[in-house]
Amino acid sequence: MNYVSGKEVKQPSLGVRILALIGRVALAIAIPAIAFYILYLGFLFLRDSDAPRIVITLVAIVWGVGGVALLYWIFNGIVERMPDQWTTRLQPFVFVGPAMAILAWYLAIPTLRTFWISLFNRDGPPAGLTIPELLASDSFVGLSNYAAVFTERVMVEAFRNNIMWIVFGSTFSVAFGLIIAVLADRSAYEKLAKSLIFLPMAISFVGASIIWKFIYEFRPPGQPQIGLLNAILVSAGGVPRAWTQWVDIAPWNNLFLIVIVIWLQTGFSMVLFSAALKGIPEELLEAGRMDGASEFRIFFGIMLPYIRGTLITVWTTIVIFTLKIFDVVWVMTGGQFGTHVIATQFYRQSFTNRNSGFGSAIAIVLLIAVIPVMIYNLKQFREQEAF
Amino acid sequence: MSSAKRRKRLGSLFVNGALLIIILIWTIPTLGIFISSFRVRNDITTSGWWSILPHREWQATETIDPRAEGLDPTEVMVIAGVTGTFEEFRNGVTSPDGKRITWIGNRRIGMVEVQEQVWTVSWNFTLDNYRQVLGGQSFEFTRPDGTVEVVPGDNMTRAFLNSLAVTIPSTVIPILIAAFAAYAFAWMSFPGRKWMFILVVAMLVVPLQIALVPLLRDYRALQINGTFLAIWLAHTGFGLALATYLLFNYISTLPRETLESAFIDGASHFTVFTRLVLPLSVPALASFAIFQFLWVWNDYLVALIFLGGNPEFELVTQRMAAIVGSRGSEWHLLTAGAFVSMVLPLAVFFGLQRYFVRGMMAGSVKG
Repeated sequence: MNYVSGKEVKQPSLGVRILALIGRVALAIAIPAIAFYILYLGFLFLRDSDAPRIVITLVAIVWGVGGVALLYWIFNGIVERMPDQWTTRLQPFVFVGPAMAILAWYLAIPTLRTFWISLFNRDGPPAGLTIPELLASDSFVGLSNYAAVFTERVMVEAFRNNIMWIVFGSTFSVAFGLIIAVLADRSAYEKLAKSLIFLPMAISFVGASIIWKFIYEFRPPGQPQIGLLNAILVSAGGVPRAWTQWVDIAPWNNLFLIVIVIWLQTGFSMVLFSAALKGIPEELLEAGRMDGASEFRIFFGIMLPYIRGTLITVWTTIVIFTLKIFDVVWVMTGGQFGTHVIATQFYRQSFTNRNSGFGSAIAIVLLIAVIPVMIYNLKQFREQEAF
Repeated sequence: MSSAKRRKRLGSLFVNGALLIIILIWTIPTLGIFISSFRVRNDITTSGWWSILPHREWQATETIDPRAEGLDPTEVMVIAGVTGTFEEFRNGVTSPDGKRITWIGNRRIGMVEVQEQVWTVSWNFTLDNYRQVLGGQSFEFTRPDGTVEVVPGDNMTRAFLNSLAVTIPSTVIPILIAAFAAYAFAWMSFPGRKWMFILVVAMLVVPLQIALVPLLRDYRALQINGTFLAIWLAHTGFGLALATYLLFNYISTLPRETLESAFIDGASHFTVFTRLVLPLSVPALASFAIFQFLWVWNDYLVALIFLGGNPEFELVTQRMAAIVGSRGSEWHLLTAGAFVSMVLPLAVFFGLQRYFVRGMMAGSVKG
């Protein structure tokens, strides 16, 4: 043995190194194995347990949050114990991998799978066939689901209603948000006003639907009206109505549902407009006032052009939002009385009628509708040159 | 000068007045539900919630038995100095001194009431509505006439706990996963980095409806449909693109020198991430956390699909929608239940308003 070289002295003997290696490998296998086993036990407990609800809740929170953290810690530990070169090579994927895997499984691949399902009849592609066999089978219907989506009476009605939602919902949310932002900016109680208008954003659609159902509550004439709208109408000498179920005025009864989303979304647009308006340089407004422009001229000539970017963002956001509207319609009318929209038809076709081909075609139509926004986002990203 | 001042004052009066009216319109719907949830259930069905405000109401001051008076309802009668037929008295006849004489009930056994308009408020408040919606098995309710009725409770407590068990992991898990990914995008170099980020950006606005049918198939195959794990993963998947994008925007702007000096000291990426980057990113994490928390808490569609089959795991939104469906006219339950479902989001709203606003603004583009 050579004790002269200092380097050699620090190196443990081969046997120790092999033992250490075996130990490391064993540990590297044992820790994940134990961890996975514990996580699996937690899963079984949550699925089958009759423990008090509060215990299940606590276990669920600890298991879910702790489990994910534990997995990262373990995989990072394994990678860091590898040779340096491999650590550098693999560590980024430990960090980015789970996110990409989940994104692929939950959004990216489903777009393709849903499109594939949309080419088949109500039961979807039959199992156990190869692709050429599938294409030749009876369940393959080509694009005929899409033809049905655009021609069936219920779907045409849903598209019409959804267009109403998009047009009225976004226009009024943007208009009210802008008006309130301008008014609040000049009022003595700006903060309070903005909080109260913004508050509905915290409320669920189901909750908001109940709130508005109560406003629209209908009692036959002669009985005391407990819904605010009918009470006002009756005290003014009118006839009470069941507003959302008023089919005589269809499709305009949809407006009584759209009001709910305007009520919810105005706060959002107000907050963004308010921030944008505060960014307008004071000199610009002063200059306009010095020239003797009226407040209306200043609003349309200076303020609106200045906040154009925000206007587009807010408008796009609310359009996408109203395009996918589901909860409000589902809870208020269930789609009856001519109030179905695209998302409620998607739900009804896919899960109530169990016609997965037709339902998937509707989902693809929703996707196509947002593609312009997706392209715009990608273009913005390219221009940023952050990469 | 004074005319300009007056015009200015008039303008501010107009601004504040108009704003006040808008605020009232925006607040009254919520206020109506809130007040009603504390009213006795019979009051809710017989009068509007605004009757808690002072209002004038006809109240009987005297009751006359028409048979004792020897009145014949088939002819014109004179009651308390007022003349009229039975039909007229049925609708109420107003006497010159402001009293109203009304025949209550039918011709044969009815009574006549002399009524006066008095100022009144209907202030019968109770917590029974909340007890019933929160209660589990059964709830005893005493009718105004003294009889006791046993009605099933609505188990909102269980739904509330379920919602917590779904919401907290569904908020924390995507944040953790997204933060790791955002760090990798910002501070590590690896092949495919750009294309992976393009995928993140592209997925920002994809509607989640696109994924529901295939995912339900996967969940059935894996036998995890109807479990907490299934819905956590679903919310993680649907929130991840936005979380990664937002956290990348924040983490990539952290001061380069701070991180580099940590690397020179020999810290690993994992250490830098957990000890340095996570603590520094708290504002961005909080903003997204609030958005995701509200999104999951208020979600109905995802819960309906992935937890729909199992009443044990019903969430507050599902419970409320179920009550609307089965007992949509029982307003004492709906109002109290709606408030139970809102109490946590409203607490977040009032407690963390600044982060809340930031979170809602940042999260607005979610697909």
